[in-house]
Amino acid sequence: MIALVGLVAVMTALSLLLGSNLISPYAVVGALVDPANDPGAVVWGSRVPRTVLGLLVGLCLGVAGAVMQGQTRNPLADPGIFGVSAGASLAVVIGVYVVGTSSVLATLWLALAGAIVASIVVFGVAALGRGLSSPVPLAIAGTAVSALLVALTSYLVLSDETTLAAYRIWVVGSLSGRTLDGVGIAALFALAGLVFAVANVRSLNSLALGTELARGLGENLLRARILGLAAITLLTASAVAITGPIGFIGLTAPHIARRLVRGDHSWLVPASGLIGACVLLACDVIGRVIGGTAEVPVGVVLTVLGGVVFIGIVRRGRIAAL
Amino acid sequence: MTPALEVRDLTLAYDRTPIFDKLDLRIDEGGITTLIGANGSGKSTLLKAFGRLLVPTSGTVLLEGSPLRGLSARSVAKRLAILPQKPITPSATTVRELVSRGRHPHQSLFRPWTPGDSAIVDAALAATGITDLAERDAGALSGGQLQRAWIALVLAQEAPIILLDEPTTFLDLSHQLDVLRLVRSINRERGATVVMVLHDLSLAGRYSDRLVVVGGGRVIADGTPWEVLTPEILRDAFDLEATVIPDPASGTPLIVPAVDIVL
Repeated sequence: MIALVGLVAVMTALSLLLGSNLISPYAVVGALVDPANDPGAVVWGSRVPRTVLGLLVGLCLGVAGAVMQGQTRNPLADPGIFGVSAGASLAVVIGVYVVGTSSVLATLWLALAGAIVASIVVFGVAALGRGLSSPVPLAIAGTAVSALLVALTSYLVLSDETTLAAYRIWVVGSLSGRTLDGVGIAALFALAGLVFAVANVRSLNSLALGTELARGLGENLLRARILGLAAITLLTASAVAITGPIGFIGLTAPHIARRLVRGDHSWLVPASGLIGACVLLACDVIGRVIGGTAEVPVGVVLTVLGGVVFIGIVRRGRIAAL
Repeated sequence: MTPALEVRDLTLAYDRTPIFDKLDLRIDEGGITTLIGANGSGKSTLLKAFGRLLVPTSGTVLLEGSPLRGLSARSVAKRLAILPQKPITPSATTVRELVSRGRHPHQSLFRPWTPGDSAIVDAALAATGITDLAERDAGALSGGQLQRAWIALVLAQEAPIILLDEPTTFLDLSHQLDVLRLVRSINRERGATVVMVLHDLSLAGRYSDRLVVVGGGRVIADGTPWEVLTPEILRDAFDLEATVIPDPASGTPLIVPAVDIVL
């Protein structure tokens, strides 16, 4: 755990030092100490915000993934499964299509709203059916609602070129050009999500024994589910709002964490968050360095590297069945 | 004396199929009561109603005299532990961690883990004879060892009433005996009230103080093993032709099914 914190610090330093603008480490440190020394405002205008946001988004996605896999007892569960990403995408697309807005701030609000509405719908559909005792109805409702939202998004995107152009850039997930302006609200949502996730940790440990035994141990199932879903929704929604949908972290970070700190969620959840932050920053730095002036968006780097890493994990048989 | 558990006028349904109609049953403190009955007779359903896992359609379940419906999940869990038929073994978890989760109802955000909890977990591991396995991964245990670990978890819960749903399923005969001896020692040494569901009638007769035969939405028979395991009741409840003889080893009823008549 201490090693993970150290790794996050290393990644933060790398993220501040490396980039498409070549600046000497001394200049970066000088700029950090005194913003007036900032060459071309690269450090405070670009690297500090994207590092802070990268840490936040990675942390959110890692924690959300661990809570998600604990709630559904599904090792393939990804925060996207609750329709959160699909809801955010549709809201962003509607914004562009109807109002023609594609400013970073408007996109952020739209994504946040879309994500939250979508997950409330998913929760409602699951609760109306066979209820929340088994994780299966939730996953099915999430998948179904996601499919519907993706279909609507595709329809809008394909029928309007301007929308397609704006959507295309947003949907890969990037930290480039993001500033700290207006992310306060997303950060607030993320913070609430983290608090809920921590409060859900003990319940995740008992839910891992099966619903019946968890109830026998005095778990209030409805409360545990609502708390967990609220955490997942808030964390994923704020991540999606800041960077656009970013896959793989929510799916893989918990698996790596499980190997490092094992199955107790009071360690697993924070470790997964730290791993998420490391991985996101690392991929963002890689994207900046390999792309030169034309950066490769972090979402693309992650999908390519994440895919390879995940195949490696699967081939070595290290995926734990939950 | 207030019974440990009591159902009054209980109607239970599972997916709208009625299972029990206006059932009355009392479980007194201290003994081992085993629910037996044919497949689909509802014995596990009844156990779940006792354990607050199933909400009755009508009627009441009383835990030490107070209606279950009015109690919080946590306060029930401090007085009653239930081991379901198929608990899930969590991944990357040691036996000690697994057993520690039995302390769940006694903890909260504001009452963290204490040395007292550790002592209780150690005692539960010792009582079930798995102290040596404490640091092993729960997923690597054999069926018999794992069942002991689950029973240790239930013991760590420190509830005076313990419900076990088919604790011997999937185990070979020697491990079935092993688990039932353990259940009896928990009952005799800790004074725990045990209610369980078993399939093997002779083993049920050997290890229970009282047998309750359920079927057709009601209690068919209720009493000591010798009172209940009679050819007539076996025919009525299980559609089984059998002779009942004293078990040469324990003196409890031994069921000997009749030989098939080949024409």
